Amino acid sequence: MSDVVNDEQALLRVEHLKMFFPVTKGLLEKPIGTVKAVDDISFEIIKGETFGLVGESGCGKTTAGKCILRVNKPTEGHIWYENKEIVQMSDTEFMPYRRKIQLIFQDPYSSLDPRSSVYGILSEAIQCDGIARSKDELQKRVNELLFTVELDPLMSYRYPHELSGGQRQRLGIARALACNPELIVCDEPVSALDVSIQAQIINLFKDIQKKLGITYLFIAHDLAVVRHISDKIGVMYLGHLVEITKSVELYKKPMHPYTQALLSAIPITDYYEEQKRKRVTLQGEVPSPMNVPRGCPFHPRCPYAMGVCRKERPELRELFDNHFVACHRYDKEESFK
Amino acid sequence: MSEVLLDVRNLKTSFFTAEGEVKSVDGISYYVNKGETIAIVGESGCGKSVSQMSVLQLIQMPPGKVLDGQVIFKGKDLLKYNPKSKEMRSIRGSGISMIFQEPMTSLNPVLTIGEQLCDIITTHSDLTKKEAWLKGIEALVSVGISEPKTRMRSYPFEMSGGMRQRVMIAAAIACGSELIIADEPTTALDVTTQAQVMDLLLDLVKKYNKSLIIITHNLGLVTRYAERVYVMYAGRIIESGTTEQILTHPEHPYTKGLLNSVPKLEDDKNQDLIPIKGMPPVLSNLPPSCAFMPRCPFPCSKCTSNGKPALKNVGQEHYVACYLVGE
Repeated sequence: MSDVVNDEQALLRVEHLKMFFPVTKGLLEKPIGTVKAVDDISFEIIKGETFGLVGESGCGKTTAGKCILRVNKPTEGHIWYENKEIVQMSDTEFMPYRRKIQLIFQDPYSSLDPRSSVYGILSEAIQCDGIARSKDELQKRVNELLFTVELDPLMSYRYPHELSGGQRQRLGIARALACNPELIVCDEPVSALDVSIQAQIINLFKDIQKKLGITYLFIAHDLAVVRHISDKIGVMYLGHLVEITKSVELYKKPMHPYTQALLSAIPITDYYEEQKRKRVTLQGEVPSPMNVPRGCPFHPRCPYAMGVCRKERPELRELFDNHFVACHRYDKEESFK
Repeated sequence: MSEVLLDVRNLKTSFFTAEGEVKSVDGISYYVNKGETIAIVGESGCGKSVSQMSVLQLIQMPPGKVLDGQVIFKGKDLLKYNPKSKEMRSIRGSGISMIFQEPMTSLNPVLTIGEQLCDIITTHSDLTKKEAWLKGIEALVSVGISEPKTRMRSYPFEMSGGMRQRVMIAAAIACGSELIIADEPTTALDVTTQAQVMDLLLDLVKKYNKSLIIITHNLGLVTRYAERVYVMYAGRIIESGTTEQILTHPEHPYTKGLLNSVPKLEDDKNQDLIPIKGMPPVLSNLPPSCAFMPRCPFPCSKCTSNGKPALKNVGQEHYVACYLVGE
């Protein structure tokens, strides 16, 4: 497990992160169980790269993102940002990192102040940074940001309700960029958008990364979108990371049975290819995270489940170069080669 | 040649709002054969849902109104009936059923699954309550719900999204309707559940020789499940044909753009996506010319002067509404 995080170049390293939420009942808040939203995950994000977290709803991908933003205080584990531990920091110590780590939300409408104009929304974020002081500087910076996200500077006096979904998401991106962040946590940033607009925003994300060298943690459920934008991908299932690999490898050589099922569940638009594809259909549904199965969390739905899967949780192991999989199928060295 | 089950001709539905007339559906025609699965594809606001609601006369009037057209279902024009008439009510459910996008909001939260299924079954048949209950259990079994007897007594909130959508499918097939309209049936579901639910729906459709209309924005779903496709843009059908024709040889610039802008699992990921520039048009303020022209990469002089292009046949079942095609 520990060899997942060995690179010193990493901007962000997450080590054995756990986030449990107590579930209580009644007025006295009697504890009746815990939701293991994130259960021992480790990964790292290289500076200037995009790390994609995919998984179905309830798999803990958003919770992991929130832990990094310090919205949730993790139950256990460490998060290292440029070799500084940020989980144990006090709020004052963390203040400079707030600027460096920004986020973009899924629903661009509910995350923008409806009573504030585009200029107001952006200038507020700029002022937090303390770079621009005078009115002229502020106006200049707002225009610069609008230019970066390809919005017309004339838009700055409009209100969020006057913008279309795509424009609102552009504004959300501009706001995240306002104080020159290094890492942006993007939580399902394109899933609320129409197909033709989605492509525009994905390209914008890529352009901004090229221009400003920003690192992304890209959280989404759409494997095709994540694959397109990410350098590396972590696949999550019920709070566990089951596979981490380079995104080019994921489609060519998915190793974990869950990743294979996830990939084959997505219909592709290549007509002839789609007719030929072999499909792995999963049985049953995702169990509740309050009641995670013992052993491998995926074993009740896994077509290859063996005896050992019911007892022991598989460790994330490096099967190939930079390809980590947590599955007992590959315990014996020769079985996958 | 198989029998045509539903034939929609020149359907026009508008909404009269404070901003003026919104032509949600502007003269569309399509048909479904018996036992066939078709898909209507388009982005939000292109009128794909409204076109189906008009078929069942579920449009709220006012502000909406079906202005023109014919909806011929098994030889009868449904638009001749009053939306509240007995005939129309018997068609909804036992002739044509609809599966909605969000199963939580389309099931009644204060009634059990059993009560809701029985209600539908007794309305459309002469069965007693007891027989209807048994038929409800049967329907739940056919959609693969475990412990159907207990599930009949549970409420919608006790079920997961995938299960609720299965209940909706059970309700749609319980009364033997011949046509099922599925409006974005799996958008609210997770990917693996989506595959399960769609496979189930298609199996049932094939098994009972029903027809299915899938309304979706997901081109992948179309590729996998539909036999024929209609592509809609701004209230009009701009291209139609077999799935193979549309996905391998799209002719309309919008269809081409749509296919290019979807991130694909199999392509070279360093290739940039080619998005369609601009935004979908506002329906209350459509130009008299081709609605896609402002976003079109190849606008020509005909596009501005000649009004809206009509559908042209470009081979077998393939129709395209574009001046550039076939010249």
